[in-house]
Amino acid sequence: TFSGAAMAAPPTPEMLSYACAGCHGTNGSSAGLSMPSLASQSKSAIVDAMKKFKSGDRPSTVMGRLAKGYSDADFDAMGNFYSKQKFHPTTQMVDAAKAKKGADLEDANCSRCHIDQGKDGKDDTPVMASQWLDYLKMQAELYDSGKRKMPKDMADKWNKLSKEDREALLHFYASQK
Amino acid sequence: ATQGPAVSAGSAADIMPKGSARRVVVVGGGYGGAIAAKYVRMLDKSIEVVMIERNDHFVSCPFSNLYIGGLIKDLDPLTIRYDKLTANHGVKVLQAEVTAVDPAAKTVVTTKGTLKYDRLIMSPGIDFRLEEMKGYDAAAMDLMPHAWKAGPQTVLLRKQLEAMKDGGTVVMSVPLAPYRCPPGPYERANMISLYLKQHKPKSKLIMLDANPDVSSKGALFKKGWKDNYANIFEYRGAKKVTEVDAKNRSVIIEGIDEVKGDVVNVIPPQRAGRIAVAAGLVGDDKNWCPVNPTTFESAKHKDIHVIGDACIAGAMPKSGYSANSEAKICAQNVVALMNGKPTTDMSGINVCYSYVTADQAISVAAVYTVKDGKIVGVPNSGGVSPIDYSQAKSEAIYAHSWLKNILTEMST
Ligand SMILES: Cc1cc2nc3c(=O)[nH]c(=O)nc-3n(C[C@H](O)[C@H](O)[C@H](O)COP(=O)(O)OP(=O)(O)OC[C@H]3O[C@@H](n4cnc5c(N)ncnc54)[C@H](O)[C@@H]3O)c2cc1C
Ligand code: HEC
Ligand code: HEC
Repeated sequence: TFSGAAMAAPPTPEMLSYACAGCHGTNGSSAGLSMPSLASQSKSAIVDAMKKFKSGDRPSTVMGRLAKGYSDADFDAMGNFYSKQKFHPTTQMVDAAKAKKGADLEDANCSRCHIDQGKDGKDDTPVMASQWLDYLKMQAELYDSGKRKMPKDMADKWNKLSKEDREALLHFYASQK
Repeated sequence: ATQGPAVSAGSAADIMPKGSARRVVVVGGGYGGAIAAKYVRMLDKSIEVVMIERNDHFVSCPFSNLYIGGLIKDLDPLTIRYDKLTANHGVKVLQAEVTAVDPAAKTVVTTKGTLKYDRLIMSPGIDFRLEEMKGYDAAAMDLMPHAWKAGPQTVLLRKQLEAMKDGGTVVMSVPLAPYRCPPGPYERANMISLYLKQHKPKSKLIMLDANPDVSSKGALFKKGWKDNYANIFEYRGAKKVTEVDAKNRSVIIEGIDEVKGDVVNVIPPQRAGRIAVAAGLVGDDKNWCPVNPTTFESAKHKDIHVIGDACIAGAMPKSGYSANSEAKICAQNVVALMNGKPTTDMSGINVCYSYVTADQAISVAAVYTVKDGKIVGVPNSGGVSPIDYSQAKSEAIYAHSWLKNILTEMST
């Protein structure tokens, strides 16, 4: 016989979310260099990403297979948990000149949605400040190849920029703390 | 490593008298133990946590195959220490060998003295069923390494491969499942084949697998072998090695067929770490520890929890990721039990990445839940990477980050 095991309650947000940290870092603060941090992302950004992974709307290597193991209520719980974790500032090897160029481009192109230099995740917009550069680059490749879909207003801006400008913006966001 | 005068001996003196605080003792500072110790403290600072580990550092088995293949130059990126677990979380680390557990008195005996516990979490990993591998004693291990516990054995296998002449034969033996890390032997075959292809292309690798067929990610591994290592690697299923002849550098299949190699890597059959057996925690199979799927409390002894490779966790495989996930489930429910709160149903994950070439990796992933008292995979979820290897380059990049994150989790 086991003490107290018979009346176990359904998984708590912690029970669900801790399991992700082997890849995303304790409380969603990734140690890099390519697994994205989840800490302080908005709840809806996480829920939206998980739903799209699950349906296949958003391409993934592993997240699609994992997301299929959870319900919408689980996504809400995990979104809640990670949105409450402290922002994870990172120190990365970014190209200073590129980051500077990105700084000049972001206001006119991205700041309407990726607000506060990407530190604030509004609605379903992911936090990009301090996000790992290798991750951002891999996602940018998915956007460029058309495999990952962007919001229409983001596409309008993105598609007008050169490949170099896009990369500069990623260096800018990765360097923000 | 500290080594007591004799493994059965321990000191009787209570080295860490228990104050008024409740205490969890954790045995083992590996993939399961370090996480359990940290998460108990993260969840309840009023519980004292003492983690007992025989070594002052830990070397990761995950990615040790990449070192053997030459993709990683030394074991530093695979090595962690515990000072930040102490500084950040107040985990007390005791470097000692645990020699006995007394479930009635609720004490553990170590080479440095005894300690009392309120709850004990054991994550001692594996030891070998040497009685099923005739002739494979300590001296034989120095000649034919297992490299199934990372450290000097891993370095020895690499050195032997480096010293081997071009045109030599490498032999690997794989035990019947369950063993630590189902895809591990096949990843090792990839990494040894890669090294041979690059540096000793006239050489061969023969795998003698006791299992009838590749026991994890079979179709993916076979495609990898066909596309990359067809002239180097030969897989032979249903070949159970039962005996070694160390002087002859050969292995013997079911007492009959002898296969000789210039380098021989013997992966023996396994069971729960010796201390789990000594503590009376293994079940009817005499090898692995049955546990409650919600709390990981032992089915044999109250107030003792077993996680990681040593336990029987239903559908969860014996992997580092599973041990990490089990440790968190166990820590949450141990803290709940100690505070008289209801326990929570488990929700767990396993993902194992395996390298195939220098820049390609494949993975298996699953989400686990508890159903009718058993840990099962959530239906219609998880699975393996696409068979066309279309994701393999991205997965190789993410795999490196997985290692960094999971080792950082264990050490900070
Ligand atoms: C070649 C190889 C590749 C692998 N690759 C992967 C991979 O890519 N991904 C993955 O998820 N898993 C992988 N694994 C599996 C993984 O290493 C194990 O599943 C994992 O280490 C299990 O964790 P554990 O806590 O049970 O044991 P361990 O991590 O082995 O920790 C046990 C610890 O307990 C200590 N200990 C034992 N007995 C005592 C005692 N009596 N007193 C004091 N201390 C004691 C040991 O020194 C050790 O530090 C691989 C394994 C191998 C061999
Ligand atoms: C084995 C590693 C692994 C595990 C476990 C894992 N993730 Fe991920 N996660 C990734 C990778 C890799 C990506 C990038 C997308 C991809 O290729 O799958 C990602 C991307 C994400 C994203 C998108 C982030 C962004 O900025 O858009 C979210 C959200 C996410 N994961 C949440 C989770 C949650 C919640 C869990 C646990 C239920 C989890 N992950 C478990 C590896 C993992
Ligand atoms: C109209 C709002 C909007 C604008 C403008 C916008 N974005 Fe986005 N961005 C989003 C949303 C919403 C997402 C997440 C949705 C998705 O891709 O599934 C996102 C995602 C991203 C991601 C992926 C991040 C991750 O964590 O996976 C990158 C990179 C990115 N944006 C870069 C940019 C850049 C660079 C610009 C400016 C050129 C820009 N965005 C402009 C709304 C916007």
